[in-house]
Amino acid sequence: MYAFNYVRASSVAEAVQAVPGGNFLAGGMTLLPSLKLRLARPDQLVDLAGIPGIAGIEEVAGRIVIGAMVRHSDVASSPLVRAKLPALADLAGGIGDPLVRNRGTIGGSIANNDPSADYPAAVVGFDATIITDRREIPAAVFFTGLFSTALQPGELVLRVSFPVVHRAAYVKFPSPASRYAMVGVMVVQAGRDVRVVVTGAGPCVFRLPAFEQALAANFAPAALAGLTVSADGLNQDLHGTADYRAHLVSVMAGRAVAQAQGR
Amino acid sequence: MSVSVALEVNGRAVSLELDPRTLLVELLRRELRLTGTHVGCDTSQCGACVVHVDGRAVKSCTMLAVQADGAKVTTIEGLAQGEQLHPVQAAFRNCHGLQCGYCTPGMIMTTVDLLRRNPNPTEHEIREGLEGNICRCTGYQNIVRAVAEAAVALREAPVASASA
Repeated sequence: MYAFNYVRASSVAEAVQAVPGGNFLAGGMTLLPSLKLRLARPDQLVDLAGIPGIAGIEEVAGRIVIGAMVRHSDVASSPLVRAKLPALADLAGGIGDPLVRNRGTIGGSIANNDPSADYPAAVVGFDATIITDRREIPAAVFFTGLFSTALQPGELVLRVSFPVVHRAAYVKFPSPASRYAMVGVMVVQAGRDVRVVVTGAGPCVFRLPAFEQALAANFAPAALAGLTVSADGLNQDLHGTADYRAHLVSVMAGRAVAQAQGR
Repeated sequence: MSVSVALEVNGRAVSLELDPRTLLVELLRRELRLTGTHVGCDTSQCGACVVHVDGRAVKSCTMLAVQADGAKVTTIEGLAQGEQLHPVQAAFRNCHGLQCGYCTPGMIMTTVDLLRRNPNPTEHEIREGLEGNICRCTGYQNIVRAVAEAAVALREAPVASASA
């Protein structure tokens, strides 16, 4: 690790003021390994753990609002999330391994936007709103590309606000080694709308309009029969070819619909 | 730059001045000589370095020491009561849940946290719960058996939380 200055912020204003030239430190599950490999050289790390008010889960006006510093294990075990958004609790309970879930945070995960991360699929699938220190960003425009988001330099995610929806499920095919999603599919039925969101398969989360239309007409796995996904632009690496990932998308989508039907 | 870090390790108050780059595992092994916590991969994969921070099992190679400022840390050295092994330690010995023993401290610390959250896990839940811990010797069978035996022992005779 290269040397850095460490700043423990006690307020959002202090964190934002201190961060130019450096990085926010949330759970550190991606940042610390990156620093150890000398892939990053920030002048300072601004630790968010001491900021009050961004580490809780609340129900506000019918929405579930999760603080940026909430750990994956706390989302997974939250009685409120389990009752209102069980698919989100399941997703959080399947991230990485239990030790990673005890440190990793929702804010860190979505700000990092790893192409194989699970949370972006839920944030887009539920059409959540990302609340930062300066504005509210709709999920539909938040994830902009490989490790890229709509966040401006120094902009800090404070909370993610999820609407409570009718039915949803997330099913992934994890890499047997890393447990990262080789392909993960979130299916959400919200009123008449259906969203089908894919993570792990491409450089960034994406939706499948053809799948969504078919499911809006008939919310059943059979509705997906014959629908396929093009392998063009999908990830190809030692874990699997683009063709394999394209095939997995259809399989995971069918499983997610079947699981959502049971809710 | 150096930072002040004050924490409690196995019930003992510790106060140090450290380079902020210092990892929690480096504080434990190098500064406090608590070498029961191992470093296997150093890349957040293997779980040999698992300790408890405020009652949660975490990989101490992927946490800065300064992030544990103000926390209560329990390492493998903090589990036994004098000569009396913690039930999870005893079960790993009874079931021969180890061969070379390198992964064992992390396996045991993860298991203690797992059984606190889920006192009666299925075999599947045990295997999922140990997903973050890698053993290159055993093939896991005896480790899973040890966790199941420890679960029974802890349900019959709970331990006053050594690492809450």
